[in-house]
Amino acid sequence: MSYIRIDNLTKQYGEGEAAVLAIRNMNFGIASGELIAIMGESGSGKSTLLTVMGALNSPASGKYWVDQIDVYALGHEERADFRRNYLGFVFQSFHLIPYLNVRENVMLPLTPVKAKKGEKRAMADDALRRVGLASKAGRLPGQISGGEQERVAIARALVNRPPILLADEPTGNLDTKTTREIMDLLKALNSDGMTIIMVTHNPECAKYAGRILRLSDGLLVPDHRDEETWVLCRPA
Amino acid sequence: MTLGDIALRNLRRRKSKAAFVLIGLTIGVSAVVAFISLVEALTHNINNKLEEYGANILIVPKTENLPMSYGGLSLGGVLFDMKEIHEEELAKIREIENAQNVAAVGPMLLGAVEVESRKAVLAGMDFKSIYQLRPWWKFQGRLPDADQDGVLAGMEAARVLGLDVGKSVAMNGRRLVVSGILDATGSQDDHILFTHLATAQSILHKEGRISLAEVAALCAGCPIEEMVRQISEILPEANVMAIKQVVEGRMETLNHFRKASYGLSAIVALVGALVVLVTMMGSVRERTAEIGIFRAVGFRSGHVMKIILLEAGIVSVLAGIMGYLIGIGATKIALLFFAGEGAHAGHGVEVPFDPWLAGAALALAILLGLAASFYPARVAARLDPCEALRTL
Repeated sequence: MSYIRIDNLTKQYGEGEAAVLAIRNMNFGIASGELIAIMGESGSGKSTLLTVMGALNSPASGKYWVDQIDVYALGHEERADFRRNYLGFVFQSFHLIPYLNVRENVMLPLTPVKAKKGEKRAMADDALRRVGLASKAGRLPGQISGGEQERVAIARALVNRPPILLADEPTGNLDTKTTREIMDLLKALNSDGMTIIMVTHNPECAKYAGRILRLSDGLLVPDHRDEETWVLCRPA
Repeated sequence: MTLGDIALRNLRRRKSKAAFVLIGLTIGVSAVVAFISLVEALTHNINNKLEEYGANILIVPKTENLPMSYGGLSLGGVLFDMKEIHEEELAKIREIENAQNVAAVGPMLLGAVEVESRKAVLAGMDFKSIYQLRPWWKFQGRLPDADQDGVLAGMEAARVLGLDVGKSVAMNGRRLVVSGILDATGSQDDHILFTHLATAQSILHKEGRISLAEVAALCAGCPIEEMVRQISEILPEANVMAIKQVVEGRMETLNHFRKASYGLSAIVALVGALVVLVTMMGSVRERTAEIGIFRAVGFRSGHVMKIILLEAGIVSVLAGIMGYLIGIGATKIALLFFAGEGAHAGHGVEVPFDPWLAGAALALAILLGLAASFYPARVAARLDPCEALRTL
């Protein structure tokens, strides 16, 4: 059984005639330790799918399972706990808190966790070491480069050692060299057993993925790179 | 890294917003503190001044008195079955429950005497308590010495009887020296000759007895009616009455002022709370994206709420302290104008440190701050994290 499972999932925005189906009756599974790239044109439903998989956006119908947990059957607060325990987020524009320094930004997901301050600090420093930013722990986000901010965002996503990392255009704002560095880092994390699902427009980034989920108009469509790995959607 | 750290960092980052909330709350709290401390200081001041009005409880023998007057014309009265008061009974007044509120007890014996073949009223009294009981008295000469048969003559009595300081005067066969003459008081005292109680008792042949007693018992929080009841219980043979018109008049004025002050305080505090509410709502709207990140990384809505309330709490504590200090300062300035007139304005009115008021100011600030921030905190906590992230 897949570690992550999407069953007959539909996400609709608006009501009546103004209703827009962002995801249409989608089905697929992801095994633990996979690196998945979600690709598609703008408005194809990639980001919506990522927010649904991030337990942030309730679907209109269908089920979303992670580790045999029916995520949207959980209450709001339990879903917050789920996000903290299972998911790491890397946003397109890093989204670091500007008034917290690098270490504090990385420690953010640990804030609600009951642990000693020293323990949390050690975990944050460990995550920063993994992304090669231990020396910049005391700096504010505005005092480091875009690539470094992305690394901080990744460190924040993996600080609580979640099994799944969701990344929305993680290299969207970076130059080629930095993009490669970030993708190498994600690949290394994946090699360590982390399941990574990233939305990307960049085919170079998609090459790092073991599988590509290509979306078009809210549907999964066959991926030309590897016909065997796409998951056929079942239109409603 | 704790929720408190996040709250503190955000306050430091959004200094102007924090300052706005602080100012709003501080104004509210300082206004409440200023009004309350002003009313309390004025009450204290008025009570002190009322003490200067002298006696306010009168103890007279119980009589069956039939007033005989008609249409404003007094036809005298009929007194019968009069219970006399004995001097030693007054000592019991010092044993009542509110004895600590008794400033002075002044026994008095009244009687008619013949001076130079003219009738006059002689009053025997205890001159030791005269400064509490008759603080307005001014006189030429001095009060009669304790060991001397002296007499203090009311101005009118001195004029009618032709008395001067140092002159001796015979009454009922006993010779007394005029030690002083009272300045005009505009009261019955102008017509009376005052001497020591023991001297008067001897002259009037009423040893150990008194006609009435005055009690000065007015002070801050004195329960006059209650004291009257307590004295009546220990002196069942006497009529105990409160002279309360002056007190009630003053207190009524003060109570009106107190009510108006509380009303104004409530309005200012409400405006302060509204400032906090509006500012905190603005702050929450500004931080929608940030709240989205908090929620995305696993903060429960309760954690978000706690951050907002912690911020409000920190500012509220500061506002409570500042509000108290500013309020007390404002009271001191206001007292210069309120407490008196002319050269004596504000002098002698103290605004002491009141730990209860300080505590109440702090509690009020926290209560207002948290209550006004509760709705914004709730809005923040209920933000849809997906919607919040979309604003990024």
